[in-house]
Amino acid sequence: MRKALLLAGLMSGISMVSVNPANAVEIEYWQYIYETRVNAMDQLIENFEAANPDITVKQVTFPYADYQTRIVAANMAGKGPDVMQLFYGWLDKFVAGGLLQPLPQDAFPHDEIESAFFTIVTAMKRDGEYYGLPTAVRSLALFYNKKLFEENGLDPENPPQTLDELVAAGKAIAKFDDAGNMVTEGMTLDMAGQDHQWWREVLVRQFGGVPYEDDYRKVTYDSPEGTEALEFYTGLQMDEKIGQSGFMDEGQAAFRAGKAGMTIDGTFRLGSFSQIEDFDWAVTELPANADGMRSNYSSYFANGIGAKVKGEELEAAEKFLTYLTSPEAMGIWLDVVGELPARRAVALTDENTSNPIYGPFLKGLDYAHTTLFVDEAAQRQVAIDMVNRVILNGQSPADSIKEAAEEEQAIIDDAM
Amino acid sequence: MSSQAENTKGAAAGRPEGGGFADRFSMHTKRLVWVWTFLALPVLFYSVIRFYPTLDAFRLSLTDWNLMRPPKFIGFENYAKLFADPDFWQVFKNTFAYLIFGTPISLVLSFTIAFFLDRVRFGHGFIRALYFMPFLTTAAAMAWVWRWFYQPAPIGVINDVLSALGLPQQPFLRSTTQALPSIMVTAIWAGLGFQIIIFMAGLRAIPTTFYEAARIDGLGEWAILRRITLPLLKPTTVFLVVLSSIGFLRIFDQVYNMTTNDPGGPLGTTKPLVLMIYQSAFSSYQMGYAAAQTVVLFLILLVISLLQLWILRDKS
Repeated sequence: MRKALLLAGLMSGISMVSVNPANAVEIEYWQYIYETRVNAMDQLIENFEAANPDITVKQVTFPYADYQTRIVAANMAGKGPDVMQLFYGWLDKFVAGGLLQPLPQDAFPHDEIESAFFTIVTAMKRDGEYYGLPTAVRSLALFYNKKLFEENGLDPENPPQTLDELVAAGKAIAKFDDAGNMVTEGMTLDMAGQDHQWWREVLVRQFGGVPYEDDYRKVTYDSPEGTEALEFYTGLQMDEKIGQSGFMDEGQAAFRAGKAGMTIDGTFRLGSFSQIEDFDWAVTELPANADGMRSNYSSYFANGIGAKVKGEELEAAEKFLTYLTSPEAMGIWLDVVGELPARRAVALTDENTSNPIYGPFLKGLDYAHTTLFVDEAAQRQVAIDMVNRVILNGQSPADSIKEAAEEEQAIIDDAM
Repeated sequence: MSSQAENTKGAAAGRPEGGGFADRFSMHTKRLVWVWTFLALPVLFYSVIRFYPTLDAFRLSLTDWNLMRPPKFIGFENYAKLFADPDFWQVFKNTFAYLIFGTPISLVLSFTIAFFLDRVRFGHGFIRALYFMPFLTTAAAMAWVWRWFYQPAPIGVINDVLSALGLPQQPFLRSTTQALPSIMVTAIWAGLGFQIIIFMAGLRAIPTTFYEAARIDGLGEWAILRRITLPLLKPTTVFLVVLSSIGFLRIFDQVYNMTTNDPGGPLGTTKPLVLMIYQSAFSSYQMGYAAAQTVVLFLILLVISLLQLWILRDKS
């Protein structure tokens, strides 16, 4: 009898072992290391696995600087991720390199994507196919230090709404020591941070120019309007003296330390600024020009499916991606990372739009532009150099912008 | 009996037809075979790990490759593009500035310190350890500490001191003229410990009898240094000159970490060739172009090293 029981137990054990692997699928999800993003993804994976007990998702992370190289190398070795996170600006490279497969239209119908998501997701569309979808999107806003506003006779509940007001507030806050060294910035000036986006997509447009044409394949900021925008930007340091590039190393560091009245930054900075304890800060929309025209830059990391994924892994990857782009996932992402939901309906709730922090970013999304970079680092460098030539070498803004436009056009042409 | 006969016959008959390994070859050949057997491992290692990638870099430099599509042969286009690129000449100039100023300054400095440290009896080991410490520290950590030193007043130590003394603040890393020297100081400081140790070993290796004889002959300190110490230190100096030159030509860590906001300093004024290679390869994914830059760097390193060995060769 005992033998029979043992045998039965053994048999069932064998059958368990032999049946389970057939049903259980493991897929790999890759993203770069950023603490809040990794935590949010851990939560999403846990929820997804609870709902889909036959699928296991393994999160693999790499330092940001290595991330692209790892994906490319893994793809060459034939062992890439099933679902991966990618910056929208890398899409051309990734598609040309055969790293991604188009999202299956039955699971992700185009008309549904286009009606439910913010229009900036079209930056993931190539030749009529979507190659990825974001969970969250980012936009820019003006962060300001309420304590410094108060100390300098400004109303902390009434932040600057136009460029002129921005300059006036900056001048009121900026402080210098006896030797003329800046000790407090009115506003951070950091081209290596988000200022290059502010200049390209916001200031150039507000001064009446257009930064690019032909789907971002032709540089057009080399115009009198673009030059005026550059003069305005460099004037903030050279004439108005409200900020100084390189002050406290980075703009965000100066703001965090309470040494800057204002800074332009993105939603992704909310997590790190929320740790500030020495003063209260608030957010407002990027200032409008004199005519009331506003603009913004928005960007996002999307999730795509690896080119070589097929069979049951592909099914699992589809299910996982569907969950990652679901309203529930977007809510979790907003709570943990602070990035705005990519679906309109989830983002534009009364609760969110009236939220003093998310509100200004969400409003910004309405009139935001998404630059289609071919080589983000190189194109950013062009903008940094353009400003440095004016500030450090005394070159005229008109000459500097001409040089920048030629350099950036060469980068775009090279990549095509 | 029969088996013994067979054996004898076998051995005798075996010779002309060729018997076992032991009998067939001369002592010299056998030794060679053994030598090559032992050398096979390092030779294989070097071929696979060093020579193959080096040669492959030459091949890649003739292609257009972005890692994702197969390389496309384009002849010398990458080189033509490189030599027509003003950025490359800026980088070329920077790289040689690191070499031309960095190497002599660091050698004179380390020799001077080693020379006097050699005479210090009190706390000798401790002081030597202090000098050696930076060499053991991670380059990235060091670079970040120096980066903070160079900041403007509220956080920068050097500028704080300058302001306290009533001197004007300096932009250091934010200046097109000061950034490169600022980084060079860090690099020299970081490599000093190693050079001091090697120089001290060289100084200790000179027999004291030479000095005693010189002093009996009435030679002054300066003459002793010029006629005995420096000539006898020549092998050490040659070694350090070559090593330090290669180090400065390949400078990367300090530059990369001290200027992450604007990699390569304001308007590329601190960017060395290695950083340009890194950016072309791992930021823009122009692998063929990066390979062409690597080949140029390799040739520069080769020429400079050979030139130095030739100039500093032993003429006796």
